[in-house]
Amino acid sequence: MAIPKVCGIETEYGVVWRGAPESSPVTASSLLINGYVEHRKVGWDFDAESPGRDARGFARDESAPPEVETHLVNTVLTNGARYYVDHAHPEYSTPECSDALELVAADKAGERILARSMKAVRRLIEADQEIVVYKNNSDGKGNSYGCHENYLVDRSVPFPALVQTLLPFFVTRQVFTGSGKVGSENGAAPVGFQLSPRADFFEEEVGLETTLKRPIVNTRDEPHADPQKYRRLHVIVGDANLCEVATFLKVGTTAIVLAMIEDGFIDKDLSVVDPVRAMRTVSHDPTCRATVGLADGGTATAVEIQWEFLRLAAKYADETGLEACGGETVGADVLRRWEQVLTGLESDPGALDGQLDWVTKKALIDSYAARGGLEPLDPTLALLDLQYHDVRPERSLYEKLVRAGRVERLVDEATVTAAITEPPATTRAYFRGRCLSRWSDSVVATNWDSMILDVGSEPLRRIPMMEPLKGTREHVEQLFEECASPAELVARLAS
Amino acid sequence: MPEREQKRRPAPSERAPREEAPVTAPGKQGEKLKEELDDLLDEIDSVLEDNAEEFVRSYVQKGGQ
Repeated sequence: MAIPKVCGIETEYGVVWRGAPESSPVTASSLLINGYVEHRKVGWDFDAESPGRDARGFARDESAPPEVETHLVNTVLTNGARYYVDHAHPEYSTPECSDALELVAADKAGERILARSMKAVRRLIEADQEIVVYKNNSDGKGNSYGCHENYLVDRSVPFPALVQTLLPFFVTRQVFTGSGKVGSENGAAPVGFQLSPRADFFEEEVGLETTLKRPIVNTRDEPHADPQKYRRLHVIVGDANLCEVATFLKVGTTAIVLAMIEDGFIDKDLSVVDPVRAMRTVSHDPTCRATVGLADGGTATAVEIQWEFLRLAAKYADETGLEACGGETVGADVLRRWEQVLTGLESDPGALDGQLDWVTKKALIDSYAARGGLEPLDPTLALLDLQYHDVRPERSLYEKLVRAGRVERLVDEATVTAAITEPPATTRAYFRGRCLSRWSDSVVATNWDSMILDVGSEPLRRIPMMEPLKGTREHVEQLFEECASPAELVARLAS
Repeated sequence: MPEREQKRRPAPSERAPREEAPVTAPGKQGEKLKEELDDLLDEIDSVLEDNAEEFVRSYVQKGGQ
């Protein structure tokens, strides 16, 4: 049986410091985080980090290990999330969630945290200045920054099995995960509008890189959990979505596909010819009719290949169940929406306005251009694209559409607001978050799979959290109620 | 922060029929939609940054992951 698909999303936000004579994105990002975090900042423990480890079984040698910028602002929040500066961007990593719907709320909470940060930072900068963030993935000038997903995967699954199925899946899921982009970048052929802002930046099929020559399947092997039992599949091919339906499907469908791979359920080779090129072919065609070559010699559209995955998934749900990926409620809803979206994409993609980001953005841009008689290259259209992702509620075009009732939501605002401060109840993030909200002064440092507590006597105590599904509310709520101090907590955990 | 949005829970049944739009006189509905869209685009005009060309040109980021 497939193991539960614990999941999370990390988003690097675009950042602009307006009105500053010399604007450093690193300083701007640090200020945002410092402005937001009012309680004593709890540091990140880098001891266990190894981003240079490769899932194919070798440590990289030919190039320098990825830079781990340990001196930058890096903190953890009471909701179990990590909020930090990475590569000159403010980055928000959601807490671990146990299904796609929980993750939609956690990801949306990240947007609200960035919005609150922009407000809070005003007291740290000059009155005529403003720091603004965008939840997007490129600046339109060849610079891209990521929105990565993470999924818990059984260590016993051979990595090549993951690669074989994930390549065609990632190439084709853009039809519903794309957040849309005006124009092309990174040497790709000119195009008016494309599905995914990230597609032009993928240059390899498989690899360890994340900042250049990006691979469709990333091999970073840092489980942040028991390395004997687990992998953390690090997916770098996705877009930062604003539409909740898009995030829900992105995570939900990927979780089901991973569960099927784990259970050896995929009996069909869906490989596409030249996945890197196919990635662009799919992204550059908003009609969703372009075909890509299949390994067996035929051709198919991205939507047709997605139908194959959905057929397998429906059969998998019938025969095995969806326990590992959201259960009968969330998992079944993923299947229902997956079908609905593929049906829409096949007949009239425009029907998915308000559900998928690229369709919603395109409809807005098309209507705006039609009304003003604007040419496809009019800079106002690029501005609409950019401002769709503006995280300030009063400037965000996405939020305008939400307020106009034109976007479907899956979680209500009260749930999102709760997720700003409360950890998910269903993973170890609950333990981390509760420690932070109860005893932040005693938490010396934390990372995904452990916490270091100062219990008032030497030495510092490290609490291992190698099981992502231990430390849930069910496991530890009572413990927190019964313990009056971190020392007591540590003693009880040891007993 | 948006406060007026509708909470739409996923339908419970995986085989639930898709909801079709209610039938109304097409002309009237079309007019109403166009009006709504015009209002929305006006509203968008009111929040768009000034000088689109310069604004878009000056949006430059350091590459990330």
